[in-house]
Amino acid sequence: MSAQRKSANNPSRRETPELLFGDLWEFDPAPEAADPKLAETYSLFIEGKLVAPRSRKYFESINPATEKCLARIPAAGKADINAAFTAAQTGSAKYWSKLSGKDRGKYLYRVARLFQDRAREFAVAESMDGGKPIKESRDFDIPMAAAHFFYYAGWADKLEYALPGTSFRPYGVVGQIIPWNFPLLMLAWKIAPALAAGNCVVIKPAETTSITALKFAEILQEAELPPGVVNIVSGAGPTGQLIVDHPAANKIAFTGSTAVGKAILRATAGSGKGLTLELGGKAANIVFDDAPIDQAVEGVINGIFFNQGHVCCAGSRLLVQESIAESFVKKLKTRIATLRVGDPLDKNTDIGAINSKAQLEKITELVASGVSEGAELFQSSCALPRQGYFYRPSLFQRVTQSHRIAREEIFGPVLSILTFRTVGEAIEKANNTAYGLSAGVWTDKGSKIFKMSTALKAGVVWANTYNKFDPTSPFGGYKESGFGREGGKQGVSDYLKIES
Amino acid sequence: MPTFTSNKSPLKRLLDDVGRVDQIAIEERVAKFSTRSIKKGSKVQGLNLALSMVDLTTLEGKDTPGKIESLCQKGQNPDPELDTPQVAAVCVYPFMVKHARRCLGESAVRIASVATGFPSGQVPLRTRLQEVKQAVRDGADEIDMVIQRGLFLSGQVQAVQDEIAATVEACGDVRLKVILEVSELETYDNIRVASFLAMSVLRAGDFIKTSTGKTSGNATLANTQVMLEAIRDFYLDTGIPISMKPAGGIKNSKQALHFLVAVKETLGDAWLTNQRYRFGASSLLNDLLMQLRKQQQGVYQAPWKFSDASSGY
Repeated sequence: MSAQRKSANNPSRRETPELLFGDLWEFDPAPEAADPKLAETYSLFIEGKLVAPRSRKYFESINPATEKCLARIPAAGKADINAAFTAAQTGSAKYWSKLSGKDRGKYLYRVARLFQDRAREFAVAESMDGGKPIKESRDFDIPMAAAHFFYYAGWADKLEYALPGTSFRPYGVVGQIIPWNFPLLMLAWKIAPALAAGNCVVIKPAETTSITALKFAEILQEAELPPGVVNIVSGAGPTGQLIVDHPAANKIAFTGSTAVGKAILRATAGSGKGLTLELGGKAANIVFDDAPIDQAVEGVINGIFFNQGHVCCAGSRLLVQESIAESFVKKLKTRIATLRVGDPLDKNTDIGAINSKAQLEKITELVASGVSEGAELFQSSCALPRQGYFYRPSLFQRVTQSHRIAREEIFGPVLSILTFRTVGEAIEKANNTAYGLSAGVWTDKGSKIFKMSTALKAGVVWANTYNKFDPTSPFGGYKESGFGREGGKQGVSDYLKIES
Repeated sequence: MPTFTSNKSPLKRLLDDVGRVDQIAIEERVAKFSTRSIKKGSKVQGLNLALSMVDLTTLEGKDTPGKIESLCQKGQNPDPELDTPQVAAVCVYPFMVKHARRCLGESAVRIASVATGFPSGQVPLRTRLQEVKQAVRDGADEIDMVIQRGLFLSGQVQAVQDEIAATVEACGDVRLKVILEVSELETYDNIRVASFLAMSVLRAGDFIKTSTGKTSGNATLANTQVMLEAIRDFYLDTGIPISMKPAGGIKNSKQALHFLVAVKETLGDAWLTNQRYRFGASSLLNDLLMQLRKQQQGVYQAPWKFSDASSGY
């Protein structure tokens, strides 16, 4: 066939054929017009009321796409945290522990529905505050967050099926700390199972993305959730530490960096507090030579550039079989040329703004280390907006296992490419990391998928797809990626204390 | 080289050669094209581009010379109220080619004729080739052939390719469009294989085309994407640019724009021309005109304000 192809067409190979992705038909700006209904100054949500911080301190929330201040956010201090936990204890004793599972479920369903009603408003607010493209907040973050409330609403009156044959009770009051990459989704992952299991919560959003969590308080008020069942307090690291150290917190649930996770593990050791940690990752996306190539390319792109790479389970290491490596990387580069980087509120934007200046600096520093350690950098030549924190989609070739860019979590749109020859080598390289959150396998052969999914030490292994989430599916890590699971039956079990 | 007996069918061997397609992932990929939001100037540009790519088609048993005349008129001057490009071609049965030539004269609108026992292709090869030659003699600028799906599915891929090669020869200087009839090939794997099978005997500027419009399944973003990616891979490998024509089922402007987004993001700017991309359609044209008038005049006009040249009467 290939011989015939050549003779039939007698191709002139004078120059290498190239595709031109230019501006012949350029898309006009298509900004999402829904009103995010932002306030100038936000309040803490304690005991069902929006209150000014007793600390009297505020900080600014910056729109990473414009570098302009969006709103003033309260920095909760010790008195605020004390008030929040007291409210949670009262909420638990007076209301939440007295409700039947079915009635708790009703509240959760109500929250889910109200949240859906205001989906577009929250999507715009999320994109402005965090920098993620509107098509992701609109099509992924918000619907998925609502789905988690719906799903755990269903568990509220079926807890005996989560832990059959045991007797258990809720922790009572739990402290929760969530990251900035999926603010509302992480909030839903934390609040929904905790409430379904019968706990009251004190939750702290990340300091760069507090707006939507504090806006979420409006929905809780509208749902007439009893006072104190959910308390939302904003602030930076020290506020988080106050939550972790608070004696009334019977369990801590944390999603964030491995460094902070380790500190929390030390702080809670011996305290009798329950703990679940969902930390960093350095996932391997493994492409075998029998994979459907174009779909694997798409999956690798989606795996690393989804949400600007601010994803703990991002497929940040590509392991590609040597026999197809060259053509595969060529296809990746072609695909990267069509990614649109820019205004997060434009409906055609594929890659939005990096969440914060600090994160942009961290990415820049790690990429520089990759270059100085000898890896070969390729970056998209796309235009970047003049203002705001943006970073070009990037990939590194000639990466070895010992490079920093192959070991450390970059948490940005940077892919490190390694190659392998055999299945054994792929497994060894994939597992040669301190993390173990997720992995991807691309092959046409089903048995290889099963072998890999067993051999890979990762909490989630995706086969011929990547970054797929569902409320029914547990998510969590091995090793330094943490412990405990969120989602599914396991997610609600982690908010129940087994007594016998 | 030592010989060994392979149990693989020629189809399977080809499949190993050109690579497979994952159904779920490619359908997910094309769904993203539909989320592109095309507004204002880019919309007008896209609509005009789509209009210039239309192969205005009538392929009915009840076609009459009067209808062909009306079709040719519409193709040359789609809307007297608007300044639009002409369509790329009119697409008719071989019997109507002579008549279409009389109507179009030296017009830039081309005449495409389906041939080779359209739509089934279940006619002896000799007859099919004669049909092609006759259509060319009668004045066709382009020939739309169908492949023998039966041969393909029974694994006789070499025979399918030989027939395409013979048709290329029968066409002479005239462009050929090879209809794969994707709905009868059924799998994306088969569509990819058939695309390569055809492309390897085609010339630069010849087309591969999805459908006849005469079966239950027509062009979709997904099956078109399989073919676009095949064209891309073939071009990067050989330097030979093959053109693409989705046909059937593309009825409105929004769909057409999403098809063009797929072209823009898969093959790039060089394929955003009617030399390299066509829509086989009839009712699409009036919807494009309706949208263009809306862009110009701010309001939608009633369907009866647009001349009806392509549906039967």
